[in-house]
Amino acid sequence: MIHARDLARTFKTKSGPVEAVRGVSLDVAEGELVAFLGPNGAGKSTSVRMLTTLLPPSSGGALVGGHDIVRDPAAVRRKIGYVGQGTGSGPYHRVRDELITQGRAQRMSAADARRRADELLGMLELEGLADRDCSSLSGGQRRRLDVALGLMHTPQILFLDEPSTGLDPHSRANLWGHITRVRKESGMTIFLTTHYLDEADMMAERVMIMDHGRMIADDTPERLKADLAGDTIRVSFLGDGETVTAAELAQNLPQARDIAPNGRSLTLTVRDGEAILPEFIARLQAKGLDIATASVRRPTLDDVFLGLTGRSLRENAVAA
Amino acid sequence: MSFITDTATSFRREIGPTLRSWYYIIFGIIQPLLYLGLFVPLLTNVPTGAEGSPLQWFVPGMVVMLVLFTTVSCGWALTEELMSGSFERFLATPMSRPAILVGRALKELAPLLVQALIIIVVAASFGLQLHILPMLIGLVLLLVFGVGVAALSYALAIASKNDGSLFYMVSHSVALPLMLLGGVLLPMEMAPDWLYIASRFNPLTFLVEAERALFIGEVFSVTVLYGALVAVAVAVVGIAIGAATIRKASL
Repeated sequence: MIHARDLARTFKTKSGPVEAVRGVSLDVAEGELVAFLGPNGAGKSTSVRMLTTLLPPSSGGALVGGHDIVRDPAAVRRKIGYVGQGTGSGPYHRVRDELITQGRAQRMSAADARRRADELLGMLELEGLADRDCSSLSGGQRRRLDVALGLMHTPQILFLDEPSTGLDPHSRANLWGHITRVRKESGMTIFLTTHYLDEADMMAERVMIMDHGRMIADDTPERLKADLAGDTIRVSFLGDGETVTAAELAQNLPQARDIAPNGRSLTLTVRDGEAILPEFIARLQAKGLDIATASVRRPTLDDVFLGLTGRSLRENAVAA
Repeated sequence: MSFITDTATSFRREIGPTLRSWYYIIFGIIQPLLYLGLFVPLLTNVPTGAEGSPLQWFVPGMVVMLVLFTTVSCGWALTEELMSGSFERFLATPMSRPAILVGRALKELAPLLVQALIIIVVAASFGLQLHILPMLIGLVLLLVFGVGVAALSYALAIASKNDGSLFYMVSHSVALPLMLLGGVLLPMEMAPDWLYIASRFNPLTFLVEAERALFIGEVFSVTVLYGALVAVAVAVVGIAIGAATIRKASL
């Protein structure tokens, strides 16, 4: 559905050229739900804007829905739905009118546009708002309308740029409920960008991590976490000095790293921690150590990002 | 074909809110009526070169001024949508770029035509002689001209990005001298030589003169031809620049 090769974009600014995207290659198969994850300014939106023909690439190219984004942008636009970072609806326009306009802009017949608008108003729980001005909608309603606008012509690929940014947790969950349902019913390919870790983790089947204009990882969230972060095992002991023996035993565990004794407790990082922990406990007890507590913490995508870049995504998100 | 349907789509979207607040169209007519009431009487003894009521000379120029000032600032409405993201939404659809602009421009011009017709009807009751067909041709010329100016205004709005005051400064420092040099308020024949010569380099002068000719019922003349050429040229250049600006813009 999407094949990009060495996609790059440089912006001219007063302080010299800025390389927003430096050669991104990616492939997305039909029906996949993939997420671009990265801090603000990583080049996620610029990449999406190139894939959606809103911005011509400085170099490289891409096929979206089988069409070249540079040579045949109009054909690409017919295949895709685009939900940008901003508000798609106009403040002085009415909800249903905007949907119908969108359908007409996508070359649907007036009758089809009206029928589809009513269908989407129902699907996204906007029925009662059809004749309201868009400016009177709440943040969550406005975002649902943006998604409805993107879905008007039943596109094969839906691009969502930061779809839930600025929404309260309830509205986010509600929006995602709608998106997952639409996807289940239509089998649509969905490409989203986000800087919310949990969102990428829970929703996407595949996560592409971007930083400084480059893609630095591309895999399922599970594999990214297993390969690049690993599970953290923490064991604490009743007696003093037991962590020394424990640390020696930990050395023998397969692929154990970051072994760190700290007071009466010991932490270490392993692959597949849930399977390793019982075995580790058995070995510790065989040496006669008295265990007080034991736990496994599964990694988050933030641990993955930290492992890749040495920086935390959370700090970035807060700073921005 | 898609250009026409896309223009219609764009026009229909924009005209909706205007029709819902139609009373603003009436407010927009107050200023022109003040000119007719408080300025035109000053022209009674001014040699305008036209016979009959000074309205015959003044009304066509004033309608040009009305169109110029409204369309030159209509990019303002776009800056809001450029910032919010709703303009971008249309750029991600297969809509023709020039059609998006032309549809919006026509939405600005539709109320202007209504206002112009009201002004003509009001002026007619104070001595403006009606030449229906030539006057309608005059309004069509204004429509063509207005689409071009509006498209340029949109291009300026896109180019000045989110800087509203830059847009305002540039648009008004262009429109005001054009209007003054176009001989809208007083006949340029009264001007000192240098000013008269400057006015001959102002395309708007030719449009104003064409409108004045049409308003006295003259259709087949060189004056009207030049005015028509100016209107078409402004439209072609405006739409071309507007569409090119959208294509190149990295919003």
